[in-house]
Amino acid sequence: MISEDAFRMPVNLAEWRLPSRRKVAVACLIATEAAMFTIFVVAYLYYLGKSLTGPYPAQVLETPILSTICLLGSSLTIVVAERALRRANRGGFQLWWAFTILLAAVFLGATASEWHRLITVHHLTISTNLFGTTFYSLVGLHASHVVVGVTLLGLILVLSLRGHVKNEHHEHVEMISWYWHFVDAVWVVVFTVVYVIGR
Amino acid sequence: MAFQEIALPQSLGTTGSITERLHELVVTVDHKKLGLMYIGTALIFLIVSGSMAGLIRAQLAVPNNDLISPQVFNRLFTMHGTAMIFLFGMPIVAGLMNYLVPLMIGARDMAFPRLNAFGYWMFLFGGLLLFFSYLAAPGLSGHGSAPDVGWFAYAPLTGRAFSQGHSTDYWILALLVSGIGSIVSAINVIATIVSLRCKGMTLMRMPLFVWLMLIVSGMILSALPPLTAAQIMLLLDRFLGSRFFDTQAGGSAVLWQHFFWIFGHPEVYILMIPGFACVSEIIPVFSRKPMFGYPMMVAATVMIGSISMSVWAHHMFSVGMTSVGNTFFAVSTMLVGIPTGIKIFNWLGTMYGGKIRFELPMIFCIGFLFQFLIAGLTGIMLGVAPFNWQLTDSYFVVAHFHYVLIGGLLFTIFAAIYYWYPKAFGRMLDRKLGLWHFWLFLIGFHLTFDPQHIAGILGMPRRIYTFDPGRGWEIYNLISSIGAIFQAAGLLCLVANLLLSLRKGERAGDDPWDAWTLEWTTTSPPPEYNFETLPEVRSRRPLWDLKHPKDPDWKYE
Repeated sequence: MISEDAFRMPVNLAEWRLPSRRKVAVACLIATEAAMFTIFVVAYLYYLGKSLTGPYPAQVLETPILSTICLLGSSLTIVVAERALRRANRGGFQLWWAFTILLAAVFLGATASEWHRLITVHHLTISTNLFGTTFYSLVGLHASHVVVGVTLLGLILVLSLRGHVKNEHHEHVEMISWYWHFVDAVWVVVFTVVYVIGR
Repeated sequence: MAFQEIALPQSLGTTGSITERLHELVVTVDHKKLGLMYIGTALIFLIVSGSMAGLIRAQLAVPNNDLISPQVFNRLFTMHGTAMIFLFGMPIVAGLMNYLVPLMIGARDMAFPRLNAFGYWMFLFGGLLLFFSYLAAPGLSGHGSAPDVGWFAYAPLTGRAFSQGHSTDYWILALLVSGIGSIVSAINVIATIVSLRCKGMTLMRMPLFVWLMLIVSGMILSALPPLTAAQIMLLLDRFLGSRFFDTQAGGSAVLWQHFFWIFGHPEVYILMIPGFACVSEIIPVFSRKPMFGYPMMVAATVMIGSISMSVWAHHMFSVGMTSVGNTFFAVSTMLVGIPTGIKIFNWLGTMYGGKIRFELPMIFCIGFLFQFLIAGLTGIMLGVAPFNWQLTDSYFVVAHFHYVLIGGLLFTIFAAIYYWYPKAFGRMLDRKLGLWHFWLFLIGFHLTFDPQHIAGILGMPRRIYTFDPGRGWEIYNLISSIGAIFQAAGLLCLVANLLLSLRKGERAGDDPWDAWTLEWTTTSPPPEYNFETLPEVRSRRPLWDLKHPKDPDWKYE
């Protein structure tokens, strides 16, 4: 039935190509995550300066320059790693990939020490005031995305060390790097809102 | 033998012991089985939460009734609303998308079959979690039962102080879990439509059903995350003592309303556009004409999708926004009327001059057209801010959104069931029982919801547990409750029809309606792989081209 004339392909359809489903799906995931972050950012901005008691952002927040450089830098190293994989340079890929994880770990360590300082020195917890509530939830949501990203990055590193990641997997790896770039881009927004506008 | 072994999986669901069949249901990743599982589960939730509505109507039938206690009443309307939206509406839409989209675009399955199964199980366990609250919510403290804060759960009612026990926690978690299911299935549908269309199926040759489902999935991606985010905040408030909606610490109860309705209003369109999608497939086939104004239909849906993101605060006129805010949301609400009107005229244009066949699916679509028009008109009335101040939270609002969701959505779902059931099971649904279903349900629907408009205008507030005699509401409530019996009888006819026709229905054949889209080229039910050779299409109506090789559509498109 299907092979009948009416279904015959016109000549110009010989090169029928559609976008990769992986890319479409990851782009959708990023869009939907962005919508969720937007709500948390709106809540942060809405409650800015509405805390009834201290501590206030200007008193306790310090701009996290070093960790920001690390996180944004990791977006560059992951691109270098990806290129190495595409050239089938396994050693280079693993080196840069591991470096990316290291940078992410430094970022998470900096966040941990910042939170430790806020909690023990300034006695700011999520239930202290609206600043604590919105700060920990927004920065925490981002940090949890970094944790997910690091887990994925680590998984790829382990698989690669066992020899399972070859250059035909470059699209899979690229998808993880898309997610990673998204996490970095969100940090730019969070940084601006929390440490620049919010202080 | 080898042939039999290959043929075996096709007929699954009808062979093997019960354990084997159940096991197959648990492990399946086939889009058709998952689609039917979605639809079947959704229909069960429809009956459960429909019975809850029945209890509500029984309580309100006469004044000063004390059939059920106020506490039980609060749980009933909360569970009824939540279950109808999240456990009937969303999954039935997901089921239709799952079953039909790959068949209509000439694909063998969804883009991510396992993700698809994951979505179904998330929805199912979210639903079970919600109903499990009846047993588990009291917890150790002994407070609470099922959620009783209303389906939009306004703060500060959901705070620890006012909602003790775990009822609200179950509400939050159930919606979080099933929401994740909806988001992954939307991602899957988009990836399928963008990346798996068969050769020649350009965007403007897709069936309107596929187009509309693509737009709906896009709306799910942007509308559900606000709900998820708001629920995470509420969860933090309840468990970690954060202050998002705690007014005593400077938090804002109105912020919850904004966040909820940024989700809540697009949600109405997320439920309604799939109804439009079904109607746009059924009306042309039974009018024997191609869809009138196909590009306008696509454009109108995109318009509805984008405008619906900026109308949320028309649910909040009475909260006391600025006059600028009120004006903006009143105007944007009116704007939705334009593309919706375009759609109604396109369906009428399709029927005009057509050779209309009054088969069951078409009858339900015609019922939909009339009722949805009225629902839209009362919607515009409620969009006028001063009018809204008078009637907000009254039975007029209840009547309006039940007109949208029953008179609009549910009628199209029924039409879709009568239209595609022969494809899914290879048997026709019985016409006589179907007509009983239609007339009983139609009469019941109007008896129930028409008088509620008047009761609302006379001042009857929604969500009251009972009312005193002498306010002029008695007769309207009595008629309303009698209508519920008719609706239940109609639904019973549908259930009986679905079950009886499974064995006794007339054999359908591949293409019982003489239709034009690709799903009708497969056998009924379709084989597990859908298409032996992937089809190639040259027009919007590939089956018309196939049936009329001398006068194909692609010559004119």
